[in-house]
Amino acid sequence: MKNYDFAPALEHEAIYILREVAAQFERPALLFSGGKDSITLVRLAQKAFYPAPIPFPLVHIDTGHNFPETIAFRDWLAQETGAQLIVRSVEDTIQQMGLTEEKGKYASRNALQTHTLLQTIEEFKFDCCIGGARRDEEKARAKERVFSVRNDFGEWDPKRQRPELFEMLNGKINLGENVRAFPISNWTELDVWYYIKQENLAIPSIYFAHKRAVFERDGMIWPDSSFIFKTAEEFVTEQTVRFRTVGDMTCTAAVDSKADSIEQIIDEIAASTLSERGARIDDKRSEAAMEQRKKQGYF
Amino acid sequence: MISAAKQLWNNVKNKVIFKRMEVLKIATAGSVDDGKSTLIGRLLYDTNSVPKDKLEAIEAISKRKSLSYVDLSLLTDGLIAEREQGITIDVAHIYFNSSTRKYIIADTPGHVEYTRNMITGASQSQASLILVDARKGISEQTKRHLYISTLLGIEHIALVVNKLDLVDYSEDCFTNITIEFAALLHQMAPKTNFQPIPCSALYGDNVAFSSINMPWYSGPTLLAWLEGISPKSTLDELPFRLSVQLAVRPQTTTWRDFRGFAGRISSGKLAVGDTITALPSGLSSVVKGLYLGENTVDTASAGDSVVVVLEDEIDISRGDLLAKGKLPEAQNNLNATLCCLSDAGLSPAKNYLLQGGVVRTKAKLNGILGTIDPAVWNLNPKNKHIGLNSIAKVGLKLAKPLYADNFSQNKTTGRFILIDEQTNNTVAVGFVEDKC
Repeated sequence: MKNYDFAPALEHEAIYILREVAAQFERPALLFSGGKDSITLVRLAQKAFYPAPIPFPLVHIDTGHNFPETIAFRDWLAQETGAQLIVRSVEDTIQQMGLTEEKGKYASRNALQTHTLLQTIEEFKFDCCIGGARRDEEKARAKERVFSVRNDFGEWDPKRQRPELFEMLNGKINLGENVRAFPISNWTELDVWYYIKQENLAIPSIYFAHKRAVFERDGMIWPDSSFIFKTAEEFVTEQTVRFRTVGDMTCTAAVDSKADSIEQIIDEIAASTLSERGARIDDKRSEAAMEQRKKQGYF
Repeated sequence: MISAAKQLWNNVKNKVIFKRMEVLKIATAGSVDDGKSTLIGRLLYDTNSVPKDKLEAIEAISKRKSLSYVDLSLLTDGLIAEREQGITIDVAHIYFNSSTRKYIIADTPGHVEYTRNMITGASQSQASLILVDARKGISEQTKRHLYISTLLGIEHIALVVNKLDLVDYSEDCFTNITIEFAALLHQMAPKTNFQPIPCSALYGDNVAFSSINMPWYSGPTLLAWLEGISPKSTLDELPFRLSVQLAVRPQTTTWRDFRGFAGRISSGKLAVGDTITALPSGLSSVVKGLYLGENTVDTASAGDSVVVVLEDEIDISRGDLLAKGKLPEAQNNLNATLCCLSDAGLSPAKNYLLQGGVVRTKAKLNGILGTIDPAVWNLNPKNKHIGLNSIAKVGLKLAKPLYADNFSQNKTTGRFILIDEQTNNTVAVGFVEDKC
């Protein structure tokens, strides 16, 4: 008999942080990607304000390269929870700002997302964006505060972060600045899965093993899609895979897996010798890919 | 012994048998190059907590740099500037599990100029690992970090005498450092749970596995010591305190008359039927209901994020304190020890915002009794200048009264931060002391 028990202290901490966001900011928003971390955030927000509704909108920055399963799930969850859903598209930003898309084999809209995010923040005058980033994911994220202050340009300055003492959160900012708040900073990937199991949360189908058209590149399993340029030597085959993280189709590699239940996913992750973001193509660009994107305003 | 420990870890990793998990937060402290990041790297490595791809990445970098060993500090020094200079600038948070608990380690910087980041990391922690280089002995920075750890009220402190391999695993060296350190700790916080441990983080002696190089040492390894700490909080035993974060008023058809008060219990326990007092109004009411998310519960304790529903309609808003038992007194003037976290220092001419829990009020320095050099630990009444990293004894005048306990009696309600009204930065952390 296996037990998958969650540490309740993590939930109490996250709820405390979400309530501080609601109390300290005038126009907060929850950045919703359709991935397991933002699904966890939505559940925590439901609990934090119950029986009142979630007091902030869900914001999705749609790159246009998402998995269709994620988009369908996003719309379903918004309806299910009654939360307001705001979608802004990277495609529109590219048109308006005359941005140039990346070209070639590794082209991705990952970096362009930041422009849309900053535009959306300006459009709705959001003073705080809640994100599902966790410190165990990546080494630059390991350094970030729970309330992370960004300047007028959305930039993160890792060398001058505000001290954060005990449980006391200081969300005071100057006009134009905004805060990124990370309620599940202290959760690990497994903590999120234990919570999904405990709360019996629905998640997009691509997290479970399924048959998919894929091809191999750089030792990773890439999902086949019309957004990805393949060379003549890259052959598409059908394989049983699942996704461990959910990003764009252009930057998320699949893992070979037969796990089709939450329990099996947990077992698989616990036994895995690969880290969670090991299958993120966007992180593999350079040693400090994440830090550089965060400095530019990425969440 | 070693194989038994390894077996234990493998069991844990393979079977994923977790009981109701507890969380233990720990912080490292120590001077530059004492090996904090290496120690954590070693702890992760020896507990099989490093995924293969991450390990391969740091092995490749170590090779590129022509190192003869794997530089485990690369696991935690994540910023470009940190890797460039080989130092830690800001706190990194690292996670690993044992069979019954989840560890969160704050790896803090050793440089004096980044002391505020060390304080950020240490303030979140229940245990502190203070590293000392066996060759160098107790330094000014060791004393500063020990002073800060006790000032923050950390109950468990391990003295990790590191790099024993470089002094031929000398018992005398370890004993001398321990005696000096223990004397300092006794002076400051004699009740601390204290453990000195001789280590070599680089080679893994006494980190997760007992060392064959130090047969003279019979104490616990660092990991064994950590496993022995009870994360169970003593806060449950203190009087009930809850700082209200917000009022929950759904105003929907189903919940038209619902009015609850959301907050995290700082200390003590609360049960349905208890009489509480709201401060500052001083009005009392009986607890009608307690919510944890959608569930109603009969009791809740320190650390729980709850919604409290009362029998009577009394005026309560954000920042009000719900209390039971001995009530804290309203204080318009505070005596406190402060630690300054701002480059600009603190000035008696300026107004600050004082935040205790979630409540804020304007505050002004009202007399500086002197500063304490944490490297020598004496109050210097002549030095009234509060600069970056200064520790000072001060008086504070508040615009609105604060309902605070003494930090020595209740850590959660006896601490506060100061916010600069112009820059909005957090510029100091303070601890409430006895009234004059």
